[in-house]
Amino acid sequence: MPSSWIGMKVKRVEDPALLTGEGQYIDDISRPGMLHAVAVRSPYAHARILGIDKSAALELPGVVAVVTHDDLPEQMKGQSIPMMVPHPVITADKRPQILCRDEVCFVGDLVAMVLAEDRYVAEDAVALVDVDYEELDCASWVKDAAEAGAPSAHADLATNIAANIDLEYGEIDHAFATASHVITEEIFQHRGSAHSMETRGCISEYDDATGQTRIWVTSQSPHQFKGAFADMMDLVDQDVHVIVPPDVGGGFGPKAVMWPEQFVIPACALIAGRPVKWIEDRREHFMCAYQERDQHWSGELALDAQGKILGLRARLIHDTGAYVPWGVVVPWITCTTVPGPYVIPAYEMRCEVVFTNKVPVTPVRGAGRPQAATFMERMLDIGADRVGIGRDEIRRRNFVQPEQMPYEVGLVFRDGKPVVYDSGDYPQCQAMVLEQANFAEFGQRQRQARSEGRYIGIGTASYIEATGLGPFEGVSVHVQRNGKVIVHTGAAPQGQGHQTMLAQVVADSLGCSFKDITVKVSDTTTIQRGVGTFASRITPNAAPSAHLASNTVREKILKIAAHLLETSVEDLEVEDSRVSVKGVPEHGKTFRDIATFAGAMPGFAVPAGLDAVLEDTVYFAPERATYANGAHCVEVEVDAETGHVSIIKYSTAHDCGTIINPLSVNAQVMGGVAHGIGNALFEWMRYDDHAQPVTMNFGEYLLPTAPEVPNVDQSHMQSPTPLNPLGAKGAGEGGTIPAIAAIVSAIESALEPFGVCIRTVPVTPDALLDLIDAGRQNAGRPDV
Amino acid sequence: MSETWTIKCLINEKPVEREVSVRLTLADFLRHEVGLTGTHLGCEHGVCGACTVLLDGRSARSCLTLAVQVDGMNVTTVEGLGDKTRLSPLQQAFMDEHGLQCGFCTPGMLTTLTELLANNPDPSESEVRLAISGNICRCTGYENIVKATMTAVRYIRDGMPESSEVVD
Ligand code: FES
Ligand code: FES
Repeated sequence: MPSSWIGMKVKRVEDPALLTGEGQYIDDISRPGMLHAVAVRSPYAHARILGIDKSAALELPGVVAVVTHDDLPEQMKGQSIPMMVPHPVITADKRPQILCRDEVCFVGDLVAMVLAEDRYVAEDAVALVDVDYEELDCASWVKDAAEAGAPSAHADLATNIAANIDLEYGEIDHAFATASHVITEEIFQHRGSAHSMETRGCISEYDDATGQTRIWVTSQSPHQFKGAFADMMDLVDQDVHVIVPPDVGGGFGPKAVMWPEQFVIPACALIAGRPVKWIEDRREHFMCAYQERDQHWSGELALDAQGKILGLRARLIHDTGAYVPWGVVVPWITCTTVPGPYVIPAYEMRCEVVFTNKVPVTPVRGAGRPQAATFMERMLDIGADRVGIGRDEIRRRNFVQPEQMPYEVGLVFRDGKPVVYDSGDYPQCQAMVLEQANFAEFGQRQRQARSEGRYIGIGTASYIEATGLGPFEGVSVHVQRNGKVIVHTGAAPQGQGHQTMLAQVVADSLGCSFKDITVKVSDTTTIQRGVGTFASRITPNAAPSAHLASNTVREKILKIAAHLLETSVEDLEVEDSRVSVKGVPEHGKTFRDIATFAGAMPGFAVPAGLDAVLEDTVYFAPERATYANGAHCVEVEVDAETGHVSIIKYSTAHDCGTIINPLSVNAQVMGGVAHGIGNALFEWMRYDDHAQPVTMNFGEYLLPTAPEVPNVDQSHMQSPTPLNPLGAKGAGEGGTIPAIAAIVSAIESALEPFGVCIRTVPVTPDALLDLIDAGRQNAGRPDV
Repeated sequence: MSETWTIKCLINEKPVEREVSVRLTLADFLRHEVGLTGTHLGCEHGVCGACTVLLDGRSARSCLTLAVQVDGMNVTTVEGLGDKTRLSPLQQAFMDEHGLQCGFCTPGMLTTLTELLANNPDPSESEVRLAISGNICRCTGYENIVKATMTAVRYIRDGMPESSEVVD
């Protein structure tokens, strides 16, 4: 047994079930008499609903009901899903309706649910529901939609502006007036969908006996949803029971946010008087699971003669899709993440958040940060070339230095708190990654390759990641009568290994045997409150809660043990679920002895000062977000004839403070990098001029597969944050954030002979071939 | 529409005889009629590989196969590869090398790689990558899946480690 579980590569307790087909995902759950729901969705990007004729569908044997807006319970009629993150900058608060009544605003907007005895029959019936639409003009391209007089995404809105985010600090005009170099660039970024391998799903039943609505849902934030549902239906907490199935097949963002289906399905169960199950299919996931999408950037970077940043000005047009169900979180994070690990004395950001008739935009792994990093790093790459210094050097000259910590950037983050970097050594992280990548000798490798007619390039990018957003995440720790430990948390995992991570913390802090711990997640009846798994926030929020709750339970145990062993607490030690007198290991009591004594003396008083129940619950609430950081370096080879990019070597240096399980942290980085590779090279959710989605399956929308994703050479620094007692920061998104920037930079470096500058991501082979061709023409050397 | 057909097959070595709707997919048959929910559906259009099962030892997409097509065949699902107390070498290697996160793609990875190792007991890393190029994983970045397969090769050749320590 290790002396400390924190920091050990602990194999996951989650795995045996998942490896043998015994996992329990939402579609594995079945309820007696359960009906199957299949959605009727808008085929138009923007249309008015003139009428719905259900009769043909209802005639089909096996169809039980077609639920439309007018069938909803009174409390839901005319309602939209609640706004969980309101913000004063939002000027047009449009959220998805529970079921659309008069107007549909994107292809996939929810119009009705067909309920049938069998899923196959329900799908047949969807085709028979006759919805009469009058098509309206639509806003397809965000840049056009932002113009005055553009077709409106919503019939009752005069403009498509959902919000303006204006941020600034420092003397921006002065910065530009005194600059030696001003870099002006236009950059377009598209970011695709989350595509967890398990789609979304929801099952609900109404319990007549207790009056309770029970909802199983693939949610990253079950307690938030429970509260929202109870509020909408005017119910008390006890009336709503939300359960996330023990296993959820990935999340990556959209499962954290609320969607109409999780409100409609409980309504359907109520209407039908039977349990109802809805499992999204992949086509629906393409069509209506929230995504990230298009950002048009124009930026100006003011540099002095040595390449030091004087100021940065940027304009951003951000496509938010048809609604703002999660407020303006994504563009806000983008706008506050641009400065990254660099000292930027003056900053001005003007962002327009614009409605289009497309799927709503909410966070996907990274939540607007990868775009911010890509913009900033592009500006620095181009700036370095202009000043005539190395791309690594310009970063070194501008890093926030470790002695500047805590470093206040001058912006307010999405938690309403100032952006303050609390710890870390950014220059050191960069040095580590460049060393791993053998950056110093890249020139030699490149010359050698070029002499063989091969184009290789190298790119590096550094980043910060706000993690561990509050307000809190709770954990309860309970030593049961048999001495075994049960841990409850509302922190719903989707594959991150929360159970193992929390068990490690509890084993250390409580002093129990690791094997005695069971961690149960995400059932709203087992812990009062919870926030959710997003923003890389569980380790920095829930792990400290587990630690603090374990400490309290340990104190209770020690007091009882001292009473039983007739000694003082100071003379005792705890190991392996047993308390013994220091130096006399045979003189001791097991947790089981202690728990039995504490809880089982009917009619007798518990001795004064002792607790009968060995339990505690803590909701650790950090003061503000903490910042992880890191640097990536990637070497690529580009085939100048086909535009194919292959990654030769990928290196990362990563600092998420105290590491609890290195296996998990490494794996988060690897998975994050793979997602970033997808964003850099493959993933593009395409629409046409009528806002019709045109990439609707995995043949048209490409996810990275095993041959495209390299092994990742990783190193880790650990700069503990002072903001929680364990010093842990989050690690869920860091792998993704700088990947696009580093890969793009490497491609440019490979294609330097063609003078290629990349201003559009993802970088597709045909776009690269165009750039290479243009380079050949410019150089007057079509044969290069 | 609801025409049915009787099929007989072996599922994880157990004989099964059922009357099934002719349009029922093999995946839905296994999951909802036989109760073997280890086979997962990630796309239902034949690209993600999560639903991969073995038919007479050869990998097949159960989302694109109809239940009636397996009449007379030997079907192996993830449940047939090993159980919690006796993991197969490949399953054990996935656990030891942290080859899974959410576990949703895992059954398809395991069946696909079981086929690979049966045909090629000593694959190179790039052969492993090619073998799973039809299986999408959104969580792991594939590295640990490849590593786990190489470790499984060792386990099969040299025997499994005596006890599987919790800590690596
Ligand atoms: S579900 Fe069969 S290949 Fe994706
Ligand atoms: S482990 Fe989640 S998709 Fe592979």
